[in-house]
Amino acid sequence: MRYLPKSPADRQLMLREIGCKSMDDLFAPIPAEYRLNRDLKVPRQMAESEIIDYFRQCAETNAAGYAVFLGAGAYHHYRPVVIDSLISRGEFFTAYTPYQPEIAQGTLQAIFEFQTMICELTGMEVANASMYDGSTGAAEALLMAARITGRKAAVVARSVHPEYREVIRTYIQHQGVPLSECGYLQNGRIDMASLEKQITADTACVLIQSPNFFGTIEDIPDIADLAHRKGALLAVSIAEALSLGVVKPPVEADIVSMESQSFGVPLGYGGPYAGVLATKEKYVRQIPGRLVGEARDKNGKRGFVLTLSTREQHIRREKATSNICTNQALIATMATIYMTVYGREGLKELAQQNLAKTSYAAGEFAKKGKVLFQGAPRFNELVVQTKEDPYQINERLLQNKTIGGFPLRKFYPELGNAALWCCTEMNTREQIDAAVKAVAQ
Amino acid sequence: MSDQDIKKATRHVNQNEALIFERSSPGKKGYRLPPLDVPEVDPKKALGDCAREDLGNMPEVSEMEIIRHFTRMSTWNYAIDLGMYPLGSCTMKYNARVNEVVARLYGLAEAHPYQPERISQGALRIMKTLADCLLDITGMDAITLQPAAGAHGEMTGILLIHACLKERGNPRKKILIPDSAHGTNPATAAICGYAVENLKSNAQGMVDIGALAAQMNEDIAGLMLTNPNTLGIFEQEIHKIADILHEKGGLLYMDGANMNALVGKTRPGDFGVDVMHLNLHKTFSTPHGGGGPGSGPVACKKELEPFLPKPIVVEKSDGTLGFDYDRPKSVGRVRMFYGNFGMHVRALAYIMANGPDGLRQTTEDAVLNANYVRRKLEGDYELPYRSASMHEAIFSDRLQAQRGVKTGDIAKRLIDYGFHPYTVSFPLVVPGALMIEPTESESLEELNLFVDAMKAIAREAAEDPELVKNAPHTTRVSRLDETAAARKPVLRWKPATAQPEGESLSRREEVAVER
Repeated sequence: MRYLPKSPADRQLMLREIGCKSMDDLFAPIPAEYRLNRDLKVPRQMAESEIIDYFRQCAETNAAGYAVFLGAGAYHHYRPVVIDSLISRGEFFTAYTPYQPEIAQGTLQAIFEFQTMICELTGMEVANASMYDGSTGAAEALLMAARITGRKAAVVARSVHPEYREVIRTYIQHQGVPLSECGYLQNGRIDMASLEKQITADTACVLIQSPNFFGTIEDIPDIADLAHRKGALLAVSIAEALSLGVVKPPVEADIVSMESQSFGVPLGYGGPYAGVLATKEKYVRQIPGRLVGEARDKNGKRGFVLTLSTREQHIRREKATSNICTNQALIATMATIYMTVYGREGLKELAQQNLAKTSYAAGEFAKKGKVLFQGAPRFNELVVQTKEDPYQINERLLQNKTIGGFPLRKFYPELGNAALWCCTEMNTREQIDAAVKAVAQ
Repeated sequence: MSDQDIKKATRHVNQNEALIFERSSPGKKGYRLPPLDVPEVDPKKALGDCAREDLGNMPEVSEMEIIRHFTRMSTWNYAIDLGMYPLGSCTMKYNARVNEVVARLYGLAEAHPYQPERISQGALRIMKTLADCLLDITGMDAITLQPAAGAHGEMTGILLIHACLKERGNPRKKILIPDSAHGTNPATAAICGYAVENLKSNAQGMVDIGALAAQMNEDIAGLMLTNPNTLGIFEQEIHKIADILHEKGGLLYMDGANMNALVGKTRPGDFGVDVMHLNLHKTFSTPHGGGGPGSGPVACKKELEPFLPKPIVVEKSDGTLGFDYDRPKSVGRVRMFYGNFGMHVRALAYIMANGPDGLRQTTEDAVLNANYVRRKLEGDYELPYRSASMHEAIFSDRLQAQRGVKTGDIAKRLIDYGFHPYTVSFPLVVPGALMIEPTESESLEELNLFVDAMKAIAREAAEDPELVKNAPHTTRVSRLDETAAARKPVLRWKPATAQPEGESLSRREEVAVER
């Protein structure tokens, strides 16, 4: 086996040193009746060339070279090549969690920069080193709010990504957190009158998403004001991180949970991505996950360490803020490189391009069908309602190597033949025109 | 200390590098966008009050600086690619390059999770094939690939136990956890609404069967057991453990963190485990990436299958693959989409590179390496448990502590010898633990260098304890003041005006070259 650096003679010599006659002696602690005396039923040992052939065949039976109009929590953006070039350095990708800071300053400084950039973009004061993804981050935000307020209940907007809401329900099912969902208005924004009624004296948290699942940007100051008046916290989930290039950050929120996939992370059939939690400094001791902080060595030199770990499971065990241990460090590093490449001006310019593409698409779709949720701003997604079943439309589009919008009926039956379309800088005018034409057929 | 004593490591220059924000200046760019092919939109008009004014202190740097910045930082990291990384219970093995290549193939890396199943057959085939391999490796009946990491898998597994027992009539109140367990176990039980009851180990470092039988009752939902346990010892009476639990209606959860000791040699499903997770980033070589991503598939017996998170991959009547969402008893989703798919690709590539013979040899070499290190060091370091070791060997610092040298000091001194430290002070049942897991990826030569380094440190601890207590001596930063860092946490960079001291310091650092 080509990964194993031992000759048969090495093995014999080592066995002799240990005082064993054969390998079997080493496995004597396993009772004989449970020893496996056959080969595992896995593919036979393959050459590297065969492995590449196998996966190439798999990749070829997956869509490639299609125009993609899907968003819905996973966004198709251009990935600068320096990202893979840098994270392919073994010093980044074959390192462990930086528990030994003297030989892990590379990872630690990268994460410190990640935390800083997330704070700058979200308007929060502290950010953690990453969560698994946006959906689990949203669930952790809600549990964190319950710890801070000492209250139990939560109100979640129905315009939060449906799969995020499913994950939240899974996480809270044994935490005794009563959950209610708050509907949306004609303009796509949360129903404030209903929200006001739903927030009670036991509400720890209002969780919204902005831009929400329909692409609509919520009125954060108003929602924060309402939640705060009733003693609840506001948690804002952001699924499309690039929106922060042109959309005001949710500074009025108490907790921001963001999915960073848009920042240079491949779509990768749904993962790995990287969530991140950000909050106000006063809540830092309730944040789950790892935190990197600045420290000084004996000579006063600046360095970075994992810090405030008394919140975490390896110290606090069942009283920890979360059970999370492994996070998404390398993906956070990818996002850090992406944010560095585009930076202060580029993220804005790129977000403006997304805005322009979607605005153009909305104008074109409106000529042929109905664009729902008018009257509130949107970022790079829009909901198009058609007479025809969107699944049928999408079948037709596939013939032209185009993947159409995400049919909403599965999660929002009340919207009927509506689909969620996403336009990023990757969608050319030509693609948009062709898609609109096919929809209108 | 003379460099002659240190066979493996040599100091070399690596450059200093400020924070990226300290490199930034207005007008520098690391990108260029293509021209816009649709009419421009004024964000203020489009977004009104929601329009953003500016992006604060986000950096502005050129591409050349970005490459240097991150490359320089990377040189400050230790990594498996550089040498032995014997972190116990972490299984830091070689991360094969072919895995990285196939995970980046266009049709896989650019696949949208909501693209139609019909044009996702390749991705589904990978997930299904990996699932089938993992089922035979574990001896279980059903599996989910959705959990994103080990602790996430634990949560999924305990939710399955809760759902299963609830259907039987009573989800019960407590989970038993051995005192040697990883901290995620009790934290997981708490998230799933269970109280934690501690289970003591016996003098051999194994579950005390008598104590378990006495403790087990109808309030206890299950036992979370790591096997081999965190002392590297195989629980020889595993089937008795399972029987005691099952007799009183409980279920056995196995933390698969140490599966690298078992693959191809024995199967948890055969020795009584009901549900378990695997760490693809340990046993199946997906890279740790400086802390993640991981992947924590959960495999279970037939009885628990209906409760698995949805969706699961199924073969349809027409022979194509698809997702089954119609699972009314499911505990729900634990993550959006289908899990860390990119890690599934890498793990399958690893399994294919090994085949059944390679996987077995891997396990044997991992156990051989640990036992070799144990034999070579047992005179120099105290062995708190004499039971046979599987894939890791646990020592204590009792001998060195007599001279004031603790496990943490020995670990720091190992850095000077060019090795990453072992796992320090864990498991908690061993005071001053040194937990060493070489994995199969180390050659005899590398192991001998490690053994020499450990022996040299044992000598130094006796002859010149201060040398060890002040280590490391060769790194770019010496021991960092973690207490001060936690007392007044600085968790982000702020501009110079708000941090005058930091600014002057960073300038000084930029011109200095490591001695």
